Amino acid sequence: MRRIHQLVAAAGIGLLALTGAGQEATAQVKVGAVLSVTGPASFLGDPEKKTLEMYVDAINAKGGVNGQKVQLVIYDDGGDANAARTFATRLVEEDKVVAMVGGTTTGATLAMIPVFEEAQIPFISLAGAIQIIQPVRKWVFKTPHTDKMACEKIFADLKARKMTTIAMISGTDAFGKSMRDQCVGVAPSSGITIAHEETYGPRDSDMTPQLTNIRNKAGVQAVVNPGFGQGPAIVTRNYRQLGITVPLYQSHGVASKQFIDLAGPAAEGVRLPAAALLVADKLPDSDRQKKVVVDYSRIYREKTGQQVSTFGGHAYDGLMILVEAMQRAKSADKVKVRDEIEKTKGYVGTGGIVTMSPTDHMGLDLSAFRMLEIKKGDWTLLN
Amino acid sequence: MAEFLQFLFSGLTVGAVYALVALGFTLIYNASGIINFAQGEFVMLGGMTTVFLALVGVPLPLAAVVAVLAAVAVGLLLHRFAIEPARGADTVSLIMITIGASIFLRGAAQVVFDKRFHSLPHLFGTDPLRIGGAAILPQSLVVLAGATVIVVLLWIFIDRTLFGKAVIATAANRLAARLVGINTGHMIGFSFAISAAIGALAGILVTPITLTSYDVGTLLALKGFAAAMLGGMGYALGAVVGGLLLGLLEAFSAGYLSSKYKDVVAFLVILAVFFVMPQGLLGRAKVERV
Repeated sequence: MRRIHQLVAAAGIGLLALTGAGQEATAQVKVGAVLSVTGPASFLGDPEKKTLEMYVDAINAKGGVNGQKVQLVIYDDGGDANAARTFATRLVEEDKVVAMVGGTTTGATLAMIPVFEEAQIPFISLAGAIQIIQPVRKWVFKTPHTDKMACEKIFADLKARKMTTIAMISGTDAFGKSMRDQCVGVAPSSGITIAHEETYGPRDSDMTPQLTNIRNKAGVQAVVNPGFGQGPAIVTRNYRQLGITVPLYQSHGVASKQFIDLAGPAAEGVRLPAAALLVADKLPDSDRQKKVVVDYSRIYREKTGQQVSTFGGHAYDGLMILVEAMQRAKSADKVKVRDEIEKTKGYVGTGGIVTMSPTDHMGLDLSAFRMLEIKKGDWTLLN
Repeated sequence: MAEFLQFLFSGLTVGAVYALVALGFTLIYNASGIINFAQGEFVMLGGMTTVFLALVGVPLPLAAVVAVLAAVAVGLLLHRFAIEPARGADTVSLIMITIGASIFLRGAAQVVFDKRFHSLPHLFGTDPLRIGGAAILPQSLVVLAGATVIVVLLWIFIDRTLFGKAVIATAANRLAARLVGINTGHMIGFSFAISAAIGALAGILVTPITLTSYDVGTLLALKGFAAAMLGGMGYALGAVVGGLLLGLLEAFSAGYLSSKYKDVVAFLVILAVFFVMPQGLLGRAKVERV
């Protein structure tokens, strides 16, 4: 009796192995993703993961790409660049992916670039920093707008309000530091003088000393706060606590409803640049992005029960740019897909209208950003 | 003068939290010789539990009480299932167990709660009080008052009740304490409960100002530990002094020197103190009698 059981079990395992092999045989396109689903950048990585899974399912339900199902392989780097690099190697060597979407943070992306360049696999990053695409790397693309564009957008708004002298208070985390450097870099050419600078640690809980110094600095017409996480919310609260009256600009790093919730009434009047996705419902019907962003927000809300964030939108754009490139290439050949990604022209995404070229692997211009002001606890679209 | 006051209140508010965390370290250290690195997680549990209970409609005062009780329960469980079974192990192993517990609690909080930042409403609104040109949030005064009350109550309890004396006796000499009929195991468990309660209270009081999230405890444990060492490990008054001093150092160096180097300045001062006074500001050198 026992023998029979063993036999049945063995047969069962054999059958499983067979069907498993059978699945391997039906053509699949393997797309890799390394995201910071947990850890300090989880609020970026989590919506990215949900978005990718949601849309890969939707694509497969419609028959996949070029008749092949898309198989998504996601690893969670927990916000650790070293882990990201290990997973990247695994994606290349074991999972044998044909393309890669993701790399939530700039650190993780920069750590993974050499792996995918060496393996010659197209890599669409979801991280912010301009260093990812400048200098242009043959196999590396990205979907989010850069910090530099955010700085330029803020400075353009300042100029329109006839303000030229500002103070900056920035977080010392990677995002804050990177954007601060970009802002300092483009300030002279934008005609902006940075009169005073302060910083705060990413987990600091009180910024009143720094803001007191900014308040006491004569001639400051506005304050810009590059940073993400809870820091900018505390800066905004302390700003009102101290009764500083000049305008406060936040960055696209806090472009989520959560910022308004955390900062509360103090957020009133704060301006920030952000993607169209955030104000999907408020866009005029003539806006080319309106349909994409409204659809994405609706589907994301229905499937996850959560508010949409721009970060999930970056993942949507990355996946769609890749899928469209595969469709144009009519294959999943790495070289052909790469060439087609580079030829992306007029793709209307959540982050803007993307037109790539051999010298521009992001393909966005300043129109991708909308200037928003927080009024009565909600975003309003300026100009 | 206005700036000075502003920096002073900023430092005192942040320092009061460090002090309460340091106090938690001190209590457990006194009773058991263990440095409990899960102390920061008690602060997180207090804040996060209150936030989530309030979200489902529990009135705030009740939510706060339940949060403190929940933290106490976690403290007792931590003692019963992680510390007690390993009581024969040396202190270093026990400290490692607390580090493990801290990572576990953080992970569990990610699953039970979520990974976002949360806030609580201010007790007396967000309109700042103007004192000598400085703008101070009423909640800062609540934090300071709350910290004072906790410290005084703790002092009365430890110094004026038989139960408190039993805790001190356990700290002073465990064998002797056992010989006079004190259940030292209970005392250590008790110190975990009280530390958890203090941590949770601190978390509830400061969440309106500092916000909270599942991983807020890590940095607080580090700062609280530094504060406890600065004041002299094992001295309750030292913990309070160390905490406030650390907060003030950060605020004043951010305000008067450079915000870039505020943590550097704070920790340089701590290092300097240790060079001169290795036992901390209020600590006394341990005397072994033979």
